[in-house]
Amino acid sequence: MGNKIEVSNLNFYYGKAQALYDISLAVPEREVVAFIGPSGCGKSTFLRTLNRMNDTIPSARVDGTVTIDGRNIYAPDTDVVSLRRRVGMVFQKSNPFPKSIFENVAYGIRINRIHQNKADLAERVEKALRDAALWDEVKDRLNESAYGISGGQQQRLCIARALAVQPDIILMDEPASALDPIATQKIEELVVELKNNYSIVIVTHNMQQAARVSDKTAFFMLGKLIEYNSTQKMFTSPDEKLTEDYITGRFG
Amino acid sequence: MENRIIDHQLGRLKDRILLLGGATETALNRAMESLAKRNSELAQKVLDEDKIINEMELEIDRMSVEIIALHQPAAHDLRFVIAVAKITPILERIADHACNIAESALILNTEPPIKEHVDLSRMAQVAAEMLRSALDAFTAEDSEVSRRVIERDKEIDEGYHRVFGELLESMIDDPTTTTSAAHLLFVAKHLERIGDYVKDICELNVYLREAVFIKHSPKN
Ligand SMILES: Nc1ncnc2c1ncn2[C@@H]1O[C@H](COP(=O)(O)OP(=O)(O)OP(=O)(O)O)[C@@H](O)[C@H]1O
Ligand SMILES: [Mg+2]
Repeated sequence: MGNKIEVSNLNFYYGKAQALYDISLAVPEREVVAFIGPSGCGKSTFLRTLNRMNDTIPSARVDGTVTIDGRNIYAPDTDVVSLRRRVGMVFQKSNPFPKSIFENVAYGIRINRIHQNKADLAERVEKALRDAALWDEVKDRLNESAYGISGGQQQRLCIARALAVQPDIILMDEPASALDPIATQKIEELVVELKNNYSIVIVTHNMQQAARVSDKTAFFMLGKLIEYNSTQKMFTSPDEKLTEDYITGRFG
Repeated sequence: MENRIIDHQLGRLKDRILLLGGATETALNRAMESLAKRNSELAQKVLDEDKIINEMELEIDRMSVEIIALHQPAAHDLRFVIAVAKITPILERIADHACNIAESALILNTEPPIKEHVDLSRMAQVAAEMLRSALDAFTAEDSEVSRRVIERDKEIDEGYHRVFGELLESMIDDPTTTTSAAHLLFVAKHLERIGDYVKDICELNVYLREAVFIKHSPKN
């Protein structure tokens, strides 16, 4: 399978402080890639370079290239709005809008004018909720506030919201870190299921979670990519001693 | 060892398997000595102490499962637990072969001795040396030594064929030796199997060190 995302020689700075050093890495089509590493090593920063979410930070500066389907997303003619539509993002803290469950999912479809008519909109909302494994739990309360559902359900609502605009890539930053084991398992099953249609990058501090859901794992430390290998290799016999020390809890 | 919680558990596991290894070595050496010195008491001791070895096996199994369930080992830690879990039943089986040899010794010691079976003691010596080296190599995680021990299995196989020929000759030359010769043949077969088991241990040593499975590969 081909590569969906290719990053070459990426450096990233917050003002004078360099946060990422010469990162090169490829995310294959329809695979799950996990990013692991100690707090502050740059996982979230790197994740955000993949859909230019860092653009909103005034002092931020990036050099190097990130291509998606072969096109450099940092090229001057890039339409950032459509880029973010294609590269959806789910955050650690679920952040539903103060609106109904239905409207949370419908919002992105509306502003991107993806739907044909009202019936089509309702269909798309339902499909996104089904794909996020949430439909059965909310179908009878679509017009209630999104704040009235549990944290795990809110997180899946945010995933539904990301799916509704038909991205091809989903970035997840610790999507299950605040959830109980059952809600966590649902998110993990969802990730594995979504892999059939999307390329997924997931940041996690849970080593077992990385091992369970991902095909490849990247280990970062102090802004550097230390090792990027198949997950199977990373957790049974990593090439780098630093990786071994980290995943076996010798530091971090 | 370091000071992660898991290190303490892994250290205990290592102690246990080394104790089991020592008990297995003792069983094999005593079984062969009981045969060479016609010492039935010693043979009986091997049989009596086998249940201790069985208990050690169960204890190691229990500890391995517990470490996997509670500490989720990865990388070298994981390979260590897997290697221990796989080596343990092999040691237990080697000890079973030592018991079988001891049982044959009990019978042989009531029969008149047949002509010197030089090769049998040679085979026994090679088997004991191989077992000792395999356990040392496990402790040191030395795959070079392990590979050399694997090579020595050939010596045991050759010894087995030689002993087989000699015992057959003895049966033909003097049919009154048939009972003894048949039992010695069993002993030789047990030693030959022990050689194979030691080889399996060495393959796991290589896995522990290098994360590769060399079993069933044409050339190690
Ligand atoms: N907006 C910002 N402005 C300045 N520096 C920042 C900003 N965001 C992050 N940093 C710094 O960049 C480095 C990488 O941070 P980042 O959030 O990417 O780490 P992380 O690996 O995601 O950590 P965690 O696991 O704690 O989420 C850190 O030193 C952090 O302090
Ligand atoms: Mg982060």
